Amino acid sequence: MARIIELLSPTPPGWGGTLLVGLLHSVEIAAGAFGLGLVIGICGAYGKLYGGPVVRDLLAVYTTIVRAVPELVLILLLYYAGTDLINQLLTAMGYQRIDISGLVAGIAVLGFVQGAYSTEVIRGAILAIPQGQIEAARAYGMSPGLLLRRITLPAMLPFAIPGLANLWLIATKDTALLAVVGFFELTLATRQAAGVTKAYLTFFLAAGVIYLLLTLVSNLIIGRIELRARRGMPSLKEAR
Amino acid sequence: MAGEAIIINVARASLWLQPHRIVLVLIALALVFAAAFFMRWDWLPQYYEMALVGLWRTLWILAVTCTLGFLLAVPLGLAQAAGPFWLAAPAKAFCTVIRGTPLLLQLWLLYYGLGSLFPQYPWIRESWMWPYLRQAWPYGVLALTLSFAGYEGEVMRGAFAGVPKGQLEAARAFGMSRWKILRRIWLPQAFYRALPTLTGETVLQLKSTPLVATISVIDIFAVSSKVRQSTFLTYEPLLLLALIYMAITGILVFALGKIEARIPNKIG
Repeated sequence: MARIIELLSPTPPGWGGTLLVGLLHSVEIAAGAFGLGLVIGICGAYGKLYGGPVVRDLLAVYTTIVRAVPELVLILLLYYAGTDLINQLLTAMGYQRIDISGLVAGIAVLGFVQGAYSTEVIRGAILAIPQGQIEAARAYGMSPGLLLRRITLPAMLPFAIPGLANLWLIATKDTALLAVVGFFELTLATRQAAGVTKAYLTFFLAAGVIYLLLTLVSNLIIGRIELRARRGMPSLKEAR
Repeated sequence: MAGEAIIINVARASLWLQPHRIVLVLIALALVFAAAFFMRWDWLPQYYEMALVGLWRTLWILAVTCTLGFLLAVPLGLAQAAGPFWLAAPAKAFCTVIRGTPLLLQLWLLYYGLGSLFPQYPWIRESWMWPYLRQAWPYGVLALTLSFAGYEGEVMRGAFAGVPKGQLEAARAFGMSRWKILRRIWLPQAFYRALPTLTGETVLQLKSTPLVATISVIDIFAVSSKVRQSTFLTYEPLLLLALIYMAITGILVFALGKIEARIPNKIG
C-alpha cells in the first residue's frame, strides 16, 4: 500500500505528475477535437439540409466513410497524409518544411472524425425544431446568419445535447487511440510509467479511475447544461 | 405485375442516377484507377496469404466477442431492469466502468496488468490454462467481450424495461412460472426491441477490433502495419485496409438489415 502511494505521488519519485500531465493533454485534445467537430458538424448539417445536390452527396460520402472505417485506421491515415500534404504544399510554395505538433495533428484528426458524427446529430436536431419557428424568423426578414445564431442554434440545442454529450464522452475516450501514434496523453503516460516501474496493474487501474472520474464529472456538467438548455420546456419525465 | 416492378425499379434508378451523380461516380472511378496505376501494389502477392489469415482472425474475433458479449449482456440488462439491489448495483457499476474508460486502456490493463500478475503464481503456471494465458488473443477476446457486454447491457436494460407491463401481467395471469415468462414473453420482446441497435453495436465492435493489434494479435490491421514496416509504403496498405473495413461494414449492415426485416416489427 505504501508502495502504491509512493508510485502515484505527484512529485518525481512517484509518477502521479506524469499521469496528470497526460490527463491535461488528453482533455486539451478532446476539447479541441470536440470544438472542431462541432464547427464541422454545424457546417455539415447545413450543407446536408440546405446544400445543393453535389454538396449533399459529398457530405454523405464523408459521413459514411468516416463512420465505416475504424478510428485507429483513420488516425494513422490522416496523421501521415495530413502532415505529408501540408509539407508538400509548403515546399511547392517555396517555404520550409515544418514539424506539425502532435497536439495540433491530434485535434485535427479527431476533429475530422468527430465532425462526421456531429453532422448527423446536429442534422437530426435541426429537423426536430418545429418548422414554424424557422418560417417565422424568415418572415421577419432575418438574414441566414442571424437566423442561425438566434433561432436555429438555440432551438436545436435541447435536441442535440444528448447526442453531443455522447460525442464528448467518445472524444475523451478516443484520445487514448493517439497513444498508438505516439502522442503523449494519459494512456501513453500510463504505459510509460508502468513500463519503467513494472507496476502495470497499479498504473492502469489508476488511469482507469482518472478516465472514469472525467466521465462522471462530464456527466454532472452535461446534466446542468441540459437543464439550462431545456428551460421552459416540459421535463423529460413529463414529456414521456 | 412484373412490368410494374421493372418500371418502379427503372424510376428508382433514374432518381438515383442524376447527372451530377454520374459525374461524381466518374471522378471516384478516376481516383480509383489513378490509385491502381500510380501507386505501388507489387507487394500484394507476397502478403496476400498473410492478409487472408489476418482478415479471418478479425472476423473470428468479431463473431466470438459479439456472441459472448450479447450472452453476457442479457443477464446484465435483466439485473438492472428487474434485479434486487445487490444484483442491480454491481451490474450498473460494471456498465458504467466499461463505458467510462477507453477500450485501449481496458485492453492494456488486462494484457499488461493481469498478464504480469499471473506468472507470479506457480499454481497458475502449472494449470491447463497456462498455454492459453501466455498468448495474447485470450486477453483481446476478453476485453472486447466485456466491452460489448457493457454497451449492450445498457441497451438490454432499456429493452427489458420497455416491454409493456400488461404483457407480463397477462403471462402471470396465465399461471406461467417466472422462468417461462422470461423465456416466452419477456426475452423475445426485449430482443426485438434491442435488435435495431445491434447492427450499430456490431459495426462499432468491428471498428474496435484493430485495437487487439496493439497487444500483438496478428489481425488484418497488424498485417497492414507489418507491410508498412517492411515495404516503407505509407498510404497503399492503409488505403486498402480502409477499403476492407468499409466492405466488411457494408456487408454487415446489409446482412443484419436483412435479418432485421424478417423479424416481425410490431412491438406490443
